[in-house]
Amino acid sequence: MSLTLPELWVILGCGAVTLISRTLPFALVQRMQLPAAVIDFLSFVPIAIMTALCCQSLFVAHAGHWATLNLANCYAAIPATLAGIFTKSLLVVVVVGIMAMALIRYFHFG
Amino acid sequence: MTPDLSFRAGLRDVLPTVFGYIGVGLAFGIVANTSHLSLLMVAGLSFIVYAGSAQFIITSMLVAHDPLSAIMLSTFLVNSRMILMSTSLAQAFRHESLTKNLLLGSLVTDETFALAMNKQNQTHGKLSFAWQSAANVVAYLVWGVATIAGAILGSFITNPTQFGFDFALTAMFIGLVYLQLISDKHLGLTRQLLVMAFVALAYYGALRVLDSNFALLTATVLGCLFGMELKKCH
Repeated sequence: MSLTLPELWVILGCGAVTLISRTLPFALVQRMQLPAAVIDFLSFVPIAIMTALCCQSLFVAHAGHWATLNLANCYAAIPATLAGIFTKSLLVVVVVGIMAMALIRYFHFG
Repeated sequence: MTPDLSFRAGLRDVLPTVFGYIGVGLAFGIVANTSHLSLLMVAGLSFIVYAGSAQFIITSMLVAHDPLSAIMLSTFLVNSRMILMSTSLAQAFRHESLTKNLLLGSLVTDETFALAMNKQNQTHGKLSFAWQSAANVVAYLVWGVATIAGAILGSFITNPTQFGFDFALTAMFIGLVYLQLISDKHLGLTRQLLVMAFVALAYYGALRVLDSNFALLTATVLGCLFGMELKKCH
């Protein structure tokens, strides 16, 4: 169990870069009022970024060509979404999603 | 999710996201193990960098012996969406001290951000330091421990995806986006559905020319701009 010097620099360098991306906006927003247009823009960030994060696991990229669907993930997404509609519980969505994926993998479906 | 903003409520609300951290954390530990990273390196990446997808990229760049400058630049680009999320989340904590803001900001992730946005829909836009800290700290510790467990178990587990655990993260975002959709009364259902459709199309298009992390950022920014235009036209 050891750490080489380059590895230590990677940890410290990437740690600093990440910390700045996360904390600088908190420090700035607290000190100044953002313009109305920026606040308007930010009000769409939650729905936009969550949709994009879902898409990231439903699509498979092929450089230079149109993306295809990750079929197993798309199939498992159906019961997970239904669980959300019926129960409105995040925990149930996650558990149903995991079980659906386990079944899909077990039966080599998708 | 209830409007309760106590530390205890934070612990309860973060529970469903824990599955996602465990699934992906184990996967990261296993990948790091097969890439011959030491346990100390895995711990350093998880507890100091603490950035899910960036950690996978850093690992593959280390294996390829890429220079530090390139690794840091990639980390910044993959994490640049954090700037959007932090700016958005910070709105709710303007009344708190700078120290508390920096503490909260240092542990923002995709998951805790999405969770906080869902919570805001229950509390008329209010969040508390206690609630957010509970969610942040649980997420941070579970992620760190899961990645180390993955690195230790790495040599024994041959097929970690077999049990469907890796789908926990996707299921969680599906749940979060659905709850956001039905409870954000400020933006409304139709407008949000249109933004969702636009983001999906933009992501699909962007994926043809960009890597999935840049496509994510591009689709998000375009989706927000589209939303602003929608608002203007009613």
